[in-house]
Amino acid sequence: MLIPCPHCGERDYREFRYAGDASKARPPLGSTDIAAWHDYVFLFDNPKGGHREYWQHVLGCRRWLVLERDTATNVVGRSWWPSEGSPG
Amino acid sequence: MAAGLTRAGRYSAWALARHAFTGSAWPRAWRSPEPKAAYDVVIIGGGGHGLATAYYLAARHGISRVAVLERSYIGSGNVGRNTTLVRSNYLIDGNTQFFEHSLKLWEGLSHELNFNVMLSQRGQVVLGHSPVQMDVLARKGNIMRLNGIDAEMLDRGAVKRLLPYLDYSERARFPIYGGLLQARAGTVRHDAVAWGYARAASALGVDIIENCEVTGFQRDGERITGVHTSRGAIAAGRTAISVAGHSSHLARMAGLRLPVESHILQAFVTEPIKPFVDHVISFGAELFYISQSDKGGLVFGAHIDGFNTYTQRGQFAQVQTAAECAVALIPAMSRLRLLRHWGGIQDMTPDGSPFICRTPLPNLYFNGGWCYQGFKATPAAGWCFAHTIANDEEHPLVRHLGLDRFERGNGHDEYGLGLWTFRQ
Ligand SMILES: Cc1cc2nc3c(=O)[nH]c(=O)nc-3n(C[C@H](O)[C@H](O)[C@H](O)COP(=O)(O)OP(=O)(O)OC[C@H]3O[C@@H](n4cnc5c(N)ncnc54)[C@H](O)[C@@H]3O)c2cc1C
Ligand SMILES: [Zn+2]
Repeated sequence: MLIPCPHCGERDYREFRYAGDASKARPPLGSTDIAAWHDYVFLFDNPKGGHREYWQHVLGCRRWLVLERDTATNVVGRSWWPSEGSPG
Repeated sequence: MAAGLTRAGRYSAWALARHAFTGSAWPRAWRSPEPKAAYDVVIIGGGGHGLATAYYLAARHGISRVAVLERSYIGSGNVGRNTTLVRSNYLIDGNTQFFEHSLKLWEGLSHELNFNVMLSQRGQVVLGHSPVQMDVLARKGNIMRLNGIDAEMLDRGAVKRLLPYLDYSERARFPIYGGLLQARAGTVRHDAVAWGYARAASALGVDIIENCEVTGFQRDGERITGVHTSRGAIAAGRTAISVAGHSSHLARMAGLRLPVESHILQAFVTEPIKPFVDHVISFGAELFYISQSDKGGLVFGAHIDGFNTYTQRGQFAQVQTAAECAVALIPAMSRLRLLRHWGGIQDMTPDGSPFICRTPLPNLYFNGGWCYQGFKATPAAGWCFAHTIANDEEHPLVRHLGLDRFERGNGHDEYGLGLWTFRQ
């Protein structure tokens, strides 16, 4: 599987570390809403299909990126920096 | 027991001789009925766990208006894809008792089901590669013995006598200091487990319905009252999810989200060779485990690929990793060819432990999240899940395995890795 890093280009997935669902919004820092934190940290949509996820390019530029991938086929789509929010 | 089997249907030496003489066909091992309109219990997923649950509901709880709905054919899921290891060498309370209960059930299962599941108690050696690891193994062995489970510490010389083909040279990638032996651990013929439970459950009146995919739930307010399937609607007094890697998929149909991600684990088998590896061996330096099948292939596995997926096609990198582990441990394996490899979708949880519990929705029960360890758990999981469904209350052995444990800060973490065992 090849992952497009916005900085380094297409690289083998082994250079990256998978870091989970990127579609969830973190509760505001300082929030004491346990249910919201539990939801954010522990519950996953885990869809069979389109998934937005974090990867870190640990053996490359070491930056974090967001990737679109279909979990039913592993077909990889666009990628972008987390700070960009959504693909441009 | 397998009480429902008629004399004619029982397997025995006498039946074998009779069939050999008369040449008559063996009867089907389980019936293939049309789905009825309603059942007391509908179990979704005809893997080892679903079938064992159905069997114990009928055999132990007297509930036999039960259907097992399987999307594909019996044995098509992880029950027919795993590396068949069974053991009860666990460290933390809860796991120790649960997996020992499971091993005890394995020890009686062929008789109970009147089906040879080919339990082979060849012993498992977990290797230690440093003094610290030997301390950890000693602690684990002591915990096992305090719980009445067999465990034996082996020093380097004892390991070498038992497993002379490991790498003991100066150049060994990881030096072998010793190991922990559980002599009662071993392997079970995985397909036979599915077939044996299916046959025994069917004989007790359970309907096993293959090629029947659950596509949604029927509900009355919060209460789950049945399922929609590719073969029509089926009403159910109680509905139980037991679909391994597809747990989240089914939960979503009921409007629930789970602490589960689906990941692929691969398994590998070499070309067949003469008897060579007589035990189950677990590498201590990496997650890697190996045994030899009756056909002669060396069967081994390693880590999950490392990212969530529902494709049963593994990545090549993991083939390499597993092969590297194999050769680091058993140098002679470098001369063998890999015959086959395949993958199964595992339901990974944050703490590496499963769920056997009620759900927030009345009359809906959940068994899943088994990560790497669901095969050895099959009898006990079926036993405890059947109890949970029949009594609408968790079995004492699985009270710590509820869906609410993270919210309450009660993660159940055997490996001491903290959460995210699947993201290491
Ligand atoms: C490669 C590999 C090696 C493993 N090695 C070991 C090992 O050595 N020891 C060990 O203890 N564990 C091992 N495991 C884990 C173990 O195999 C699983 O945890 C266990 O088999 C899961 O329970 P099951 O048998 O019920 O699952 P499955 O056999 O997967 O059963 C689930 C069933 O649900 C069905 N299903 C899914 N969706 C639907 C639907 N919508 N409607 C109807 N049916 C549906 C599926 O078709 C499937 O047949 C391994 C797993 C893998 C993949
Ligand atoms: Zn990069």
